Amino acid sequence: MKPAPFEYRRPDTVEEVLHLLAEYGDEAKLLAGGQSLIPTMNFRLAQPAVLIDLNAVKGLDSVDEADDGGLRLGAMVRQAAAERSALVAEKVPLLAETLPFVAHAQIRNRGTIGGNLAHADPRSELPAVMLALGASVRVRGPDGERSIGAGDFFTGFFGTALEEGELLTEVVLPPAVEGGGQAFLEVSRRLGDYAMVGVAASVVCDPAGRCHRASIALLSVGSRPMLAEQASACLVGERPSSAAVLAAGHAAGNKDIDPQADMHASVAYRRHLATVLVRRALTAAFERAGCVMGEGAS
Amino acid sequence: MEITLTVNGVEHRADVEPRLLLSDFLRHALELTGTHVGCEHGVCGACTVLMDGAAVRSCLVFAVQADGCELATVEGLAPGGGELHPIQDAFREAHGLQCGFCTPGILMTLVPFLRENPDPSEAEVRAALSGNLCRCTGYQNIVAATRLAASKMREVEV
Repeated sequence: MKPAPFEYRRPDTVEEVLHLLAEYGDEAKLLAGGQSLIPTMNFRLAQPAVLIDLNAVKGLDSVDEADDGGLRLGAMVRQAAAERSALVAEKVPLLAETLPFVAHAQIRNRGTIGGNLAHADPRSELPAVMLALGASVRVRGPDGERSIGAGDFFTGFFGTALEEGELLTEVVLPPAVEGGGQAFLEVSRRLGDYAMVGVAASVVCDPAGRCHRASIALLSVGSRPMLAEQASACLVGERPSSAAVLAAGHAAGNKDIDPQADMHASVAYRRHLATVLVRRALTAAFERAGCVMGEGAS
Repeated sequence: MEITLTVNGVEHRADVEPRLLLSDFLRHALELTGTHVGCEHGVCGACTVLMDGAAVRSCLVFAVQADGCELATVEGLAPGGGELHPIQDAFREAHGLQCGFCTPGILMTLVPFLRENPDPSEAEVRAALSGNLCRCTGYQNIVAATRLAASKMREVEV
């Protein structure tokens, strides 16, 4: 058998999960969709002594409109279920647009929203979407419940702000705002492969047509998904123009990111991709926001 | 651990070790060797089966997790070995395979895909097949066979 032996537990409630986490500590690993964990177990890179399967836990797989008009996604909502959800498409079009880029259909049928975020792969699409939208996650642990903003959640290479004994239970996405527009783009070798670079952009324009907010999140450009702050600074307060989005692309590719080379892309190529994709994603996002793009500098 | 599950309409009970992958359970415990294992880490798609109607990689599911589930494998497409399923028939007719190692996974990927997309474009077919590797064909005939299968299945439904 490929994986090393482990003790298997299949609790029904969040309380039981927390109890098991408290009992076994770091000997235990949580199993959500398993589409990243089981491969590493098959390679025996991960050999947890105890596997706590979340698939029977009740109440973690609902998709609901939040009180403020945003969206609440249970941690165990399958990526395929979110991809097909009319409520997701209506409330968070950026998420609906991005989900088809997450691995393959067979993987999305098992993979979950919460598992993807807790895994915190710097090459994954969903963390970037969460950052761009200013989403947050609800977490339950021995000391009760808390909320963590996406900006604080992804702390490093496969690292999150989840503490020992804590369980990610829900993802909370803010409501769409007037004058807002978003777009997701990535370049990968083949459809479904990890992207060499990807961009999730979310912009908001004020009634006068000036950019009020621009959140540009990149993936596969460093040890964690990150917001391109210097790129945003090229836009906020300005009237969107082709010159401004070009400048933002250059800022993202040359200043914001610190990419690594791998067998698929050199550092220079990743910078080039980030520059081009940020410009294109911003152009699409402003268009969807109903913003008229000027030609030159504002 | 005791599990009960249905495979191709037949109920099975078994006592399995938690670390047993669903792919190995199907092949070794049930001797349903039509489900192939290639990479065993979720890349190649050869082990694709249907779990409660959805295509999944059986090397990335533990057998214990299939407790209570309805599974379908390639053996269930033409039960009894008589008439081929329209997708199998189309793959034979359009030369959609060479060595055939990837074929069971591709067929099981296509069953739910064609149910939801009865008349897919070539681009949609290629996207649907993106999670299944074939090292022989170059995919051209697989795409052609899939579109032929779609037309055969549309005729059946009329």
